[in-house]
Amino acid sequence: MAVLTEKAKINPDLKPDRLAVGLGGLASILIIFVLGFLWLRDGQATQVVKAFVAIVWGVSGVAGLYFFANMSAESLPERWMKRVQPFVFVGPAMALLGWYLAIPTLRTFFASLYNQQGEFGLSNYVAVFTERIMVEAWTNNILWMIVGTTLTVSLGLLIAILADRSRFENIAKSLIFMPMAISMVGAGVIWKFVYDRNPDIGLLNAVVQSAGGEPQAWLSLVQPWNNLFLIVVMVWLQTGYAMVLISAAIKGVPDDLLEAARVDGATEVQIFFRIIIPSIAGTLVTVITTVIIFTLKIFDVVMVMTGGQFGTEVIGVRFYREMFTSRNDGYASAIAIVLLLAVVPVMIYNLRQFSKRETF
Amino acid sequence: MSQANPSLAKDSVFQSLLSGFRSARGAKRRSALIVNGVLFLIVFIWTIPTLGLFISSFRPEQDVKTSGWWTVFPHQAWTTVEEARPIPQGQTRDQPITIEGVTAMFDQWTKGVQIDADTRIIWKGNLRTGRLEVQQLRWTFNPILTMDNYNRVLAGKEYQLQRPDGTTFTVQGDDLTAGFLNSLAVTIPSTIIPILVAAFAAYGFAWMDFPGRRALFIVVVALLVVPLQIALVPILRDYVSLRLNGTFLGIWLAHAGFGLPLATYLLYNYISTLPKEILESAFIDGASHFTVFVRLILPLSVPALASFAIFQFLWVWNDYLVALIFMGITTDRSSHVLTMRIAEMVGSRGQDWHLLTAAAFISMVVPLAVFFGLQRYFVRGLMAGSIKG
Amino acid sequence: MRKIGLMGASIALLVLSSGVFAQGGCPAEWTNMSAELTAACNGELRGTIVTMSGPFTDADEVKFNESVAAFEEWTGIDIQYTGSKEFEAAITAAVKGGAAPDIVDFPQPGLLRSFVNDGLVIDVSTFIPAEHLTANYSQSWLDMAQMGGIMAGVWARYNGKSLVWYNIKAFEEAGYEIPTTWDELMALSDQIVADGSSPWCVGIESGAATGWPATDWMEEIMLRTTSLENYDRWSFPASPEERLLFTDPVVKNAAEKLAEVWFTENYVAGGRAAIAGTFFGDAPAGMFSDPPTCYMHKQGNFITSFFPEGLVAGEDYGFFYLPGIDETYGKPFLVAGDIYAMFNDRPEVRAVMDFFSRGESLRTWLASGGALSPHNDTPLEWYGSEVERGIAALVAESTSVRFDGSDLMPGAVGAGSFWKGMTDWVSGTVDLDTALREIDAAWPQ
Repeated sequence: MAVLTEKAKINPDLKPDRLAVGLGGLASILIIFVLGFLWLRDGQATQVVKAFVAIVWGVSGVAGLYFFANMSAESLPERWMKRVQPFVFVGPAMALLGWYLAIPTLRTFFASLYNQQGEFGLSNYVAVFTERIMVEAWTNNILWMIVGTTLTVSLGLLIAILADRSRFENIAKSLIFMPMAISMVGAGVIWKFVYDRNPDIGLLNAVVQSAGGEPQAWLSLVQPWNNLFLIVVMVWLQTGYAMVLISAAIKGVPDDLLEAARVDGATEVQIFFRIIIPSIAGTLVTVITTVIIFTLKIFDVVMVMTGGQFGTEVIGVRFYREMFTSRNDGYASAIAIVLLLAVVPVMIYNLRQFSKRETF
Repeated sequence: MSQANPSLAKDSVFQSLLSGFRSARGAKRRSALIVNGVLFLIVFIWTIPTLGLFISSFRPEQDVKTSGWWTVFPHQAWTTVEEARPIPQGQTRDQPITIEGVTAMFDQWTKGVQIDADTRIIWKGNLRTGRLEVQQLRWTFNPILTMDNYNRVLAGKEYQLQRPDGTTFTVQGDDLTAGFLNSLAVTIPSTIIPILVAAFAAYGFAWMDFPGRRALFIVVVALLVVPLQIALVPILRDYVSLRLNGTFLGIWLAHAGFGLPLATYLLYNYISTLPKEILESAFIDGASHFTVFVRLILPLSVPALASFAIFQFLWVWNDYLVALIFMGITTDRSSHVLTMRIAEMVGSRGQDWHLLTAAAFISMVVPLAVFFGLQRYFVRGLMAGSIKG
Repeated sequence: MRKIGLMGASIALLVLSSGVFAQGGCPAEWTNMSAELTAACNGELRGTIVTMSGPFTDADEVKFNESVAAFEEWTGIDIQYTGSKEFEAAITAAVKGGAAPDIVDFPQPGLLRSFVNDGLVIDVSTFIPAEHLTANYSQSWLDMAQMGGIMAGVWARYNGKSLVWYNIKAFEEAGYEIPTTWDELMALSDQIVADGSSPWCVGIESGAATGWPATDWMEEIMLRTTSLENYDRWSFPASPEERLLFTDPVVKNAAEKLAEVWFTENYVAGGRAAIAGTFFGDAPAGMFSDPPTCYMHKQGNFITSFFPEGLVAGEDYGFFYLPGIDETYGKPFLVAGDIYAMFNDRPEVRAVMDFFSRGESLRTWLASGGALSPHNDTPLEWYGSEVERGIAALVAESTSVRFDGSDLMPGAVGAGSFWKGMTDWVSGTVDLDTALREIDAAWPQ
């Protein structure tokens, strides 16, 4: 290994000099952090200067934090180092996650146990599963999850495979990716031009009309199919995500493997199923997991296009409305907690994969 | 370790294709045709909606709101050749009406009834005071294209106001420069910080053993599904006491925190699939975790880092809610990000929604540039090189 | 704040030279001023900042800023207004997170009420003299500002709702007369149908807020088919026992009356599908197409900003009052508007709140068009456009003024189940009884 010229011999004993340097560095980094924080918060420089300083400050500060924390950890006796070092690696991430998401989630859990009259109990959870609108939302979310995930992942895979074999790879991938770069308000207008009831504005109705059909209010009155029209919007927006990740994985399939298979006379279809799919299985699981979670959380597409009306209600929209329109915190919290429980199967699957791993 | 040259790797694929399948050259060409054909079809369908927006962004407001964007292309349309022919009087809605020997109900006449292959008669107006028009199918197109939408979005709108004394004056609205700068200032640190933090954590989960490892990993996966809205109020409260509200620092940390679960999860999945053998040999050489991570794992993870960087960049760039909560309410317009400026532009009631056509493209430029810039890191052969090395 | 070329320069000049005008810069007509407003007019609060947030953006924001510019110059108080979309979420988070701006503009008093119940809003009657409030607002405005035992804010502007817009030229060409009673309106509708067209254009689609135009129609008909007491019990009941349920025959009767207009064949261009599937802003366009697909459109005065460019009020389009149905209930007028509430108590905030309780705070806005003034000290000639002067006159002639009921209701109903219930009913997802029952169910206990 040419890169690993530096032979940091692991010493079983404490190295006080290194520990001193490490802790000193850590302390100075923390001071720099606080000073930078104060300056960025209260300083008078223009935004451009601040942004530039912040990038340098944030990135090098975080990097320095890891460097010195690690140096301190490595100076400890080996037994202690093995215990401390992992937390140098995962600790900062866990701290941020704890502050920004985990603690609010715990509070949400407690809030979910109180109904609007302040009574303690499970009444919010009962309502989450029994109200007609919530039942509608759950049903729709299952549809989103199954249809949306299937379409997004399979189209992403198909495009990634095709693009990998095409001379037009870059342009094709860029065009598929483009919708991801469009803001949701922009996407709303784009799809208005497709779905609008007026055949002079909506492309779909213009096509239907020129084929002799009657224009339809696709998003409102064509129930329950309007859900599928909304899912199409999500698929259009998110396939780029699946494509980018899968494409990166395909690039990782070793060439010699493919060459060998071709020399052995395997067809492209066989290569696809026997070599490519197994090689990128890990990535596929990742993509499927994240897209399932996207579809469970789906919010903005529905909110912008129909507001959850016309039988298109989904959990994300219900949650938002209970939280901000009705200001019914307990109920909104219960929805969020149930959403969390809904991904337990996904978590278990991921944990199982995780537990199989060997570590050092 | 010899870093395999990506272009060489590509060439070697070509070489192998050529040498291995010289005998089946025709089949090869056919398959390339199918690949490109299917790809073209998908890309074409994918692009139509955006194309519609793109064309619309160059059309005048009235055209955008009354006719389809596809009418800018030559198409056959019914064109009036004879106006103001008198209507038959005394007709009713429920009785058939005969004109030029053709009989139809009134509601059909108002939609136009064909009297021969390329001529139709259409009843315009009501039963008493309307008129008949003769129309023929003609090739036509709708050629008016303008930069007005872009001008109004980029340079700011002009507002006509009136003073109490009756004199009018014009107020020039803000241009988008500040919005662009603010968005960049928010987005770049919000992208880099979580990647760095998540990469360390991902390595820790993938290759280090420590108590609580499984539990913490489950927390990461679970937090993927937590809607960030639940955190807005508690974080805002913390920010108020830390005086972080309305600062760039606050919003960077918020985006970093909200993006971390996905960053950690994606990077973990990539880093954990790197071949064990590379790390093993490094550890035998006496390297520490830190060295392995910095010297070996990070360079090998460039495609994953680049993909996540792209996603995080454009999610933050297009974010509206987080910016609104932490920057919007308590700061004045000079620190508003692009998405907020664009949302404000359509007016209190959304009456100027046609401006979103141009605004969508303007705001898309930066994320697309980032995509193109980072796309070159998605190359074949990184891994191959590392194994051989 | 980047303010804008010549204007900016002239304001800066005025501010610089304002030492000269500072003393007694405020209008001499102002009477019954609060101590803080008096202090501000004497220049004692110079250099202070008042932050404000609300849903005005774009042109409305410019008009707002221009309208308060004179006051800023007289007093040296800087009013920093930030407008946003997603206003409800933003303000809910800000208030609960402890980052509320000094003054918040609520277009939905129902949302304000929930903050009052949490004890977060400052009672304006503690510092604005009662004589001034009673003199400058009619009683119904004051009643609507009374929430949870306090005066929760001051009404700053409003919009007229009970208006039917029509295409003047199309009316003339077809020889239609403006109806003055409900029967005439229905007779005209029948006439238009018989003539082979559709009288009404209706669209209730509005993205996340889909359904709100339907609630406006319901409120209009409620006001015209039942007593004001019932309307008040329906929209903001004083106690839960008093509440008029949506399932009450009175409400159902109003919905059935609405169905007579909306669901009668050919009454609405495009039928039920068009009502549910048309963006509310696109709906009036049918009146101005050639030939018109409809002749009348009921909507608030803001709708003119959606009319095709270049149309002139009084020549191309006009409006008339949506006539009463039952004479017993007189000529009610439905309005919507903005109430400004105060979250932080400082002298300069008090002074600014007192300022907003005076017509002067809207002067440039009234001249420029787009708002109506609820203040009694606003003379009709301040209005710059005939349309708004006409509406103000209609309001003055009306026998009662009531606020948009859905905006008064709690958010869960007024911006939630009411929209949804109406939409579900119109699009045929549920029948009327189910819709009304579900609207009721969302009312917080």
